[in-house]
Amino acid sequence: MKESSHFVHKYLRSSKRFPHIWCAGCGIGIFMQALIRVIDKIGYSKDEVVLVSGIGCSSRLPVYVDFNTLHATHGRALTFATGVKLANPRLKVITIMGDGDAASIGGNHLIHAARRNVEIVSFVINNQVYGMTGGQSSPTTPYGLKTTSAPYGNLEAPFDISRLVEAAGAVFVGRTTVYHTPQLERLIEKSLKKDGFSMVEVLAQCVTYSGRWMGLASPVEMMAWQRDNAITVEKAAEMNETELAGKVVIGVLVDRERPIYDKEYGKLAREKLKV
Amino acid sequence: MTRVDIYRGWCKKCGICIAFCPKETLVADKDSVPTITDLESCTGCRLCEMRCPDFAIVVTKDEKQKTKSGSAAG
Repeated sequence: MKESSHFVHKYLRSSKRFPHIWCAGCGIGIFMQALIRVIDKIGYSKDEVVLVSGIGCSSRLPVYVDFNTLHATHGRALTFATGVKLANPRLKVITIMGDGDAASIGGNHLIHAARRNVEIVSFVINNQVYGMTGGQSSPTTPYGLKTTSAPYGNLEAPFDISRLVEAAGAVFVGRTTVYHTPQLERLIEKSLKKDGFSMVEVLAQCVTYSGRWMGLASPVEMMAWQRDNAITVEKAAEMNETELAGKVVIGVLVDRERPIYDKEYGKLAREKLKV
Repeated sequence: MTRVDIYRGWCKKCGICIAFCPKETLVADKDSVPTITDLESCTGCRLCEMRCPDFAIVVTKDEKQKTKSGSAAG
């Protein structure tokens, strides 16, 4: 069979129906391929990787890949992941969340996982909308954008997930878009190799909803928007806030060291409790 | 020469590969599925493969295929 020549196909569950459920041109598929590539490049075995997700379009991702996978309840990917990591610290625990899943329904879990600094790699696929339920405003929907739940324009200011997680204490925070695929792969690799809680915010296009609300009719137009509105961290440092309005700052936002919860816990268990 | 495989069954015709091909090697056929008329112009940059949301394109670079088996190395 021709398909089997693609190495990415080695990681897909052949029992699932392909092509996948995501709309034509959806950014989640691009992220999924990048994640598989990096895992293959680093050389993790399928058995040591755990993918945990909540509910939403992006949370469908673990269904398709042949790692240890856990499709948990809405917003609770990080809580399940924390449990998995503490039960078996040797596993590489990865969570896949959408912007609604991570910042709204699971918002508290996101900040507390970052505060605790549990060794989890989390990816937030930010498409700025609740795509699966029909295009309602999410916590990252830009101010003034017309959506299904805000027909006269969104009155709420959007969350900056990366800065939220940075303030909460994550040791690695990166942001990029699916247009910048080589950078996306570099950030995934750095976050997977980092000890402690790391998060990469991936701006992805939802062609069916946020694209339509933004007046960008096709995935090509949305990716061109990502290309034209992304500013690197280095360049953004020289710009003021008015110049940065409406732009997306991409690159490594935070890279630091802090005590890691599961390592401290293991040390405590060995020294004090003699486990 | 670089080999480009396009799986028509998995392609959703989103047009991303065609729009962002730096050399305009990929063009749409009558069904809007990407096709290649001039393989010589392909530089093997693999951007189409990396940006395909549906895993429908595989670019195999010449250097990696030293044997005649034709299998794409991972």
